[in-house]
Amino acid sequence: MLLQVRNVTRLFGTKAAVDNISFDVAKSGFVGIIGRSGAGKSTFLRMMNRLTDATGGEIAFEGRNILTLQGADKRAWQSQCAMIFQQFNLVPRMDVASNVLHGILNRRSTLSTMFSFWPDDDVLKALAILDRLGIAEQATKRAEALSGGQQQRVAIARALMQDPKVILADEPIASLDPMNAQIVMDTLRRIHDEDRRLVIANLHTLDTARRYCDRVIGMRDGRIVFDGTPEQLTTGVARDIYGADASFSENATSTSIEALPSDADADYARRMLA
Amino acid sequence: MVDIAFGPTPGKRPDPKAPGAAYLAMTRRKRLYGGLILVVFLAMLASGFHAAETRNAGGFLSGLAQLDDFPREVLAEAWTKRANLPALMWAALPSLIETVNIAAVSTLIGVLAASLLSLLATRGLARWPLLTPVIRRLLDAMRAIPEVVIALILIYILGGGPIPAMVAIAIHTTGAMGKLFSEVAENADLKPVEGLASVGATWGQRMWLGILPQVAPNWFSYALLRFEINVRASAILGFVGAGGIGYDLKIAMQWGGGRYDSVVAIFLVLFATIVLIDQLSDRLRHRLVKGAAQ
Repeated sequence: MLLQVRNVTRLFGTKAAVDNISFDVAKSGFVGIIGRSGAGKSTFLRMMNRLTDATGGEIAFEGRNILTLQGADKRAWQSQCAMIFQQFNLVPRMDVASNVLHGILNRRSTLSTMFSFWPDDDVLKALAILDRLGIAEQATKRAEALSGGQQQRVAIARALMQDPKVILADEPIASLDPMNAQIVMDTLRRIHDEDRRLVIANLHTLDTARRYCDRVIGMRDGRIVFDGTPEQLTTGVARDIYGADASFSENATSTSIEALPSDADADYARRMLA
Repeated sequence: MVDIAFGPTPGKRPDPKAPGAAYLAMTRRKRLYGGLILVVFLAMLASGFHAAETRNAGGFLSGLAQLDDFPREVLAEAWTKRANLPALMWAALPSLIETVNIAAVSTLIGVLAASLLSLLATRGLARWPLLTPVIRRLLDAMRAIPEVVIALILIYILGGGPIPAMVAIAIHTTGAMGKLFSEVAENADLKPVEGLASVGATWGQRMWLGILPQVAPNWFSYALLRFEINVRASAILGFVGAGGIGYDLKIAMQWGGGRYDSVVAIFLVLFATIVLIDQLSDRLRHRLVKGAAQ
């Protein structure tokens, strides 16, 4: 068993952000977690990366409980469990290649970091990763000078530099336009397909979850309310996950480019132009 | 409705025939209060001044006429010996360099210590959050004790010379800069720090890569300002025996008549140095701020 999540709970005050959730992942896959804001998706990923401490429960990765790790062991786990953030969380004033090299900080001493001494092999590896993601020509630019989509790809490159066993993505496309969202999701999927790494992504749109995931977990108010394949994720199920009524329409907020033009829209446009 | 709008107590309703009368009355009342406060303030000031005058040995008003006696005496003597000034200014140069060196070393040491302590004292960044209040109080204590007091104690222990002055100024600088640095770091964006934490970076790596690039221009600007202040502090500490140009100035002034030309020479080089440092750091800081805005 690759990943076992057992009765994981996180309380903020008296409110449970994550309420006693359990699930298993038997082998590497692309797992999507959906649910409305405040459902506990981010809190779960942050607990798995150990940015937030859990109140109770156990997350066993390859048989080892990672929630009890402390100090250097905890940091070693973090280096094997890459995280991609909604707001990219790069160092804005540093160049792109340095940001990618930050992925191996766990193996480097603080002193060599202070003098920004990186082995040549690692620098070449970082540049190769940037090339793989199609942004090699940006390597010397400051991270803050890049567009959102490019910054997210730098963040993915930093994650790949970690050579991680798991990649966690916390709403990776929520601050991107549809075009860049597709590039980033295609990249994440490609990483899974080519490297066979486990990817767990929080997603805010249903069509993305259906299109890219092998398995979808739905969360509501800190609990798992759905766990199945994308095909099982019907509109009725989605209404239950989001707690919406019959007026809920996926297309209203869809970010997929294909989903946009409809006959009614085209008809309306024709009438207005006539 | 109207009752609610004008408050629960039945009072005078605004007169519809004289619109604005209520407002005018209010303005007059406010003006009256302001005038009364001013009168009370002036009375207190005058009585305080009287109390101070009676406790003075000489008396302020009777002494006022003698205010320019000393400067006139010094300047008159220096004017008659003005040919000596360039040579005396040249002779003051080594002790001036000592004073500036004391300021530079103590600024450097103080700023380095302040950088570390300020990060440890900043909520959200601290390595040991429980120690944050302890380090804050330590910084408070370091800047609460005047430099002269620390220098005098150290001169008793170590004897006169530049080292006690350097230590004294460095301690004060640590306390003052630690507070300012911590305030700057508090406003830093935490997203890069979180990103670095997610790859398993140590606290030192997170601070060095995530915080320092953000706060460096601001910290450096504060450090330059502190260097100017420290040059003045280092000159003053010379008066209590810590070496440098302040010591020369004290000797020359104690000598009294006959050495006033060297007093003027020392004042001139000190003034020129402070103006120079002020101009240079102004230009540097301006460039830093503008660079950050680009």
